[in-house]
Amino acid sequence: MRSSYRDRLLKTLLLLLLAAFALFPLLWMLSVSLMAPGEASRFPPPLLPDKPGLSAYRALFETTGISRYFVNSLIVSVIGTALSLAFNATAGYAFAKLRFRGRDRIFQLLLAALVIPAQVTMLPLFLMLKEIGLINTFAGVLVPVTASIFGIFLVRQYALSIPDELLEAARVDGASEGRIFLQIVVPVLTPILITLGLFTFLGVWNDFMWPLIILTDQNLYTLPVALAALSREHVQDNELMMAGSVLTVLPVLLLFLVLQRYYLQGLLAGSVKG
Amino acid sequence: MNRGSRAGWMFAGPALTLLGLFFFVPVALAFVLSLTDFDLYALADLNDLRFVGADNYGELLQAPLFWKALGNTFYFVLVGVPLSIALSLGAAMLLNGAIGRLVGVFRTALFAPVVTTLVAVAVIWRYLLHTRYGLINYALDGLGIDPVDWLGDPNWSMPAIILFAVWKNFGYNMVILLAGLQTIPGDLYEAARIDGANGWQRFIHVTLPALGPMLLLVSILTMAGYFQLFSEPYVMTQGGPVESTVSVLYFMYEQGFKWWNLGFASAVAFVLFVIMFAITAVQYKLAQARGVA
Repeated sequence: MRSSYRDRLLKTLLLLLLAAFALFPLLWMLSVSLMAPGEASRFPPPLLPDKPGLSAYRALFETTGISRYFVNSLIVSVIGTALSLAFNATAGYAFAKLRFRGRDRIFQLLLAALVIPAQVTMLPLFLMLKEIGLINTFAGVLVPVTASIFGIFLVRQYALSIPDELLEAARVDGASEGRIFLQIVVPVLTPILITLGLFTFLGVWNDFMWPLIILTDQNLYTLPVALAALSREHVQDNELMMAGSVLTVLPVLLLFLVLQRYYLQGLLAGSVKG
Repeated sequence: MNRGSRAGWMFAGPALTLLGLFFFVPVALAFVLSLTDFDLYALADLNDLRFVGADNYGELLQAPLFWKALGNTFYFVLVGVPLSIALSLGAAMLLNGAIGRLVGVFRTALFAPVVTTLVAVAVIWRYLLHTRYGLINYALDGLGIDPVDWLGDPNWSMPAIILFAVWKNFGYNMVILLAGLQTIPGDLYEAARIDGANGWQRFIHVTLPALGPMLLLVSILTMAGYFQLFSEPYVMTQGGPVESTVSVLYFMYEQGFKWWNLGFASAVAFVLFVIMFAITAVQYKLAQARGVA
């Protein structure tokens, strides 16, 4: 499409404006987190710290036990990602490439079940986990995220492109199904597995409602649950809260920046075909 | 069982077992639960549990706070979804016209809020929206507008949460719609231009029809997400002021996990599900009738 110089300039200006809208709250969070105690509670609100310093971070680590919450978040996110990869990669491959009785009907059922919001399951799931003693455990946090219909779907769509001849040749050579999966299928699936891993990690890291329900012991809080609780206690302490937000947001933002390509591919694969 | 079938079940079995146990069984149980008076007493001793038929649903329909929550949720969905999609589409069209290398940089910048942790950015926005020393009121002051008590005035609390949600989410649909825009052949625009169509007419007659199916998909997904409003009011307003931001899920959470009326709360969850399902189905049918799906 041809467009005039002025037209393009206007569009770029609008994009700059939009980018400022998207990024300003994040940049301001960073700026306030570097201010001295009380500096942000002035009028007019300062845009940049007088003397940038780490006092808010020091207070955060010394008084709120944030390092424990950070480690908790890291543990559930890493284990959740590993489990999700193991369960969904195998199932996604099976639905794409292995023939078993009832396969297509089960897959239809799974797709139909995508319309059911997870919140419907929360109350009974809570009671079930209470019966088996998983309330207040990381296992309880991870139960609903390990196997996911979306994850199976994502892997299946990608695995469909694996040529059957490749798998048949390996079978003729006497390779076991497990070996075929590990040595032939996993290498081909690697890009989509990175996508799935990234989605799961971000999902578990950012998740709020379920951990809020299942974790009642403060020592087990993940960052979002801890941050919500802190924000009710420290309503006035803006520098501290912004430092806590930076600590929560930064890991996922960095991860996204590094693996952006995989994230966007997954986003398109998951919705365009959905 | 032959080898293929055995292998298939071996690979799919673990995930299907987990989904069965921790998704499909709870869905069925949720319905059963909604027909009982499961409460704090039943939580302590299951002998106190009684089947009450549809009583919870009857009670629900007479609870003023449920209707309030439903109204608030519809407010959030009916205003928030069109605003989000409009901004997503606008941003996607701007990106589509931008020059090569800039596209990637801008796309990353505009997408960044999507991957951030909702609770953390809600804390930022609560501060931005602060009546006394929030930057938003400061900016309005510069324009000669009196300070607004964003999160403390029941008339402004929901608009404030919508503004936050639009900021947080527009990048997601933007990426999907940008992919859609890139598949529209430039010839179509060229032909429209030769026929004398101006920018707005090209948008109405070329862009919108070509994006039809994708816009439908995006609006269904966005609606489903927005009906599940919970964390924003939990962090920013705690449902207030005067219950102006209590959503259906917030109501369910309080009934279920604060007051332990699990039977009643299950009925709330089910009603929300039925409403979401019905609206999705209607949207789909309408779209089918107009030939975009």
